[in-house]
Amino acid sequence: MYEGAVQNLIDELGRLPGVGPKSAQRLAFHLLAAETADVKRLVSALTEVKERVRFCAVCGNVSEENECRVCRDPKRDSAVICVVEESKDVVAIERMREFRGRYHVLGGAISPIEGVGPDDLRIKELMTRLSNDEVTELILATDPNLEGEATATYLARLVKPLGLKVTRLASGLPVGGDLEYADEVTLGRAFEGRRSLEF
Amino acid sequence: MRRGVRERRSGPQVRAHRRIRDNGGVSLYRDEGVVLRTQKLGEADRIVTLLTRRTGLVRAVGKGVRRTKSRFGARLEPFSHVDLQLHTGRTLDVITQAVTVRAYGESIVADYPRYTAATAMLETAEKIVAVEKDPVLRQFLLLIGALRTLGEDTHDPRLVLDAYLVRSLSVAGYAPALEECARCGARGEHRAFAVHTGGMVCTVCRPHGAASPAPESVRLMAALLRGDWRAADASEERHRNECSGLVAAYLQWHLENGIRSLRLVERS
Repeated sequence: MYEGAVQNLIDELGRLPGVGPKSAQRLAFHLLAAETADVKRLVSALTEVKERVRFCAVCGNVSEENECRVCRDPKRDSAVICVVEESKDVVAIERMREFRGRYHVLGGAISPIEGVGPDDLRIKELMTRLSNDEVTELILATDPNLEGEATATYLARLVKPLGLKVTRLASGLPVGGDLEYADEVTLGRAFEGRRSLEF
Repeated sequence: MRRGVRERRSGPQVRAHRRIRDNGGVSLYRDEGVVLRTQKLGEADRIVTLLTRRTGLVRAVGKGVRRTKSRFGARLEPFSHVDLQLHTGRTLDVITQAVTVRAYGESIVADYPRYTAATAMLETAEKIVAVEKDPVLRQFLLLIGALRTLGEDTHDPRLVLDAYLVRSLSVAGYAPALEECARCGARGEHRAFAVHTGGMVCTVCRPHGAASPAPESVRLMAALLRGDWRAADASEERHRNECSGLVAAYLQWHLENGIRSLRLVERS
């Protein structure tokens, strides 16, 4: 145990995800040895993120203003909405630089075992957005795991009466992998979604 | 790894006792099981809770499962019945190999009511077994059977769930008394159901606050307990609802901890 401030810092750092007691101690001593200006920069970055960042009123993505950058951009296609679980997924899709539509962040996936039901996600907000005639396609880009699939199934059923085009991201073999290591479910999906090669 | 270092230092005399390729203390074991629950661990790992045929409830780490190029792929998702090789660890075992026996998830997840019913089954299985590494073959077989029935979509998912719940309670030693009084044992069709006495009670033993369900609902519960699907499928919607309510109350009373996913189970 260290005295007051140092122990305090170690305890606080230790509460971060993936930081154990040893790493917390290493980080604390690194900060202790660092230049005062560097530490001040870190402190201001931390306070700023809590003060300025909030959630977009339209899509639920992290934003510094009332609406996020994608929702403010007039060049984005309002007819296509891509539904994702977290803001991290928006960044992943944006990195691809191919999708020109808009997003809707649910804030998680339906997981009854964790006590998360449809009412705990931003599904009502999505339905309000869809009631607007502008939207023609809904892309379900929830994670390709069980909870993500269940959320997609739930949304597809909910949206069906609206008569929209509802699509789900494809799943199959990863680029750069070996076929023999693919599991049965993934390989089955890859077969299901095979395409004809036309020259 | 630490063991390896110690062996290298232990000198030729000790090593002479060992046969070639004998890896001594490394304890690998093989078992088959159903994935009940997965929790994120660190950057790309998952803690996988399994109900296995020979070992009972096992909590093991699947390393790198969350990476897109993981060799486990979709094998360690809930509802998967997998053949595994595990390595005994200090607190958690480590999954070293996994092969799918049958993936029930695909067909279950395609239908939302079935998914919610199946999730409630997995949560119940985990809570009812509770003790780790204590073989519970009958619970395992019951769960496999229930998931298979649910995947085949031959009965109402809600009925399959209730049948699983009463039967797993019965296997655990908490079978509800339905054809006799839970207190005095008098046989016959009684009218009152009291969760804390253990099932149906006669007019003499009836405690304060006992429920009075329709006789058809009690008969449905008995049919589910026996596995009489013809009688269960012929039941009416309102009796199914009442039976579900009784089963849920009875289950929550015996497990003490609530089953969170029961609240989200949807009727088809």
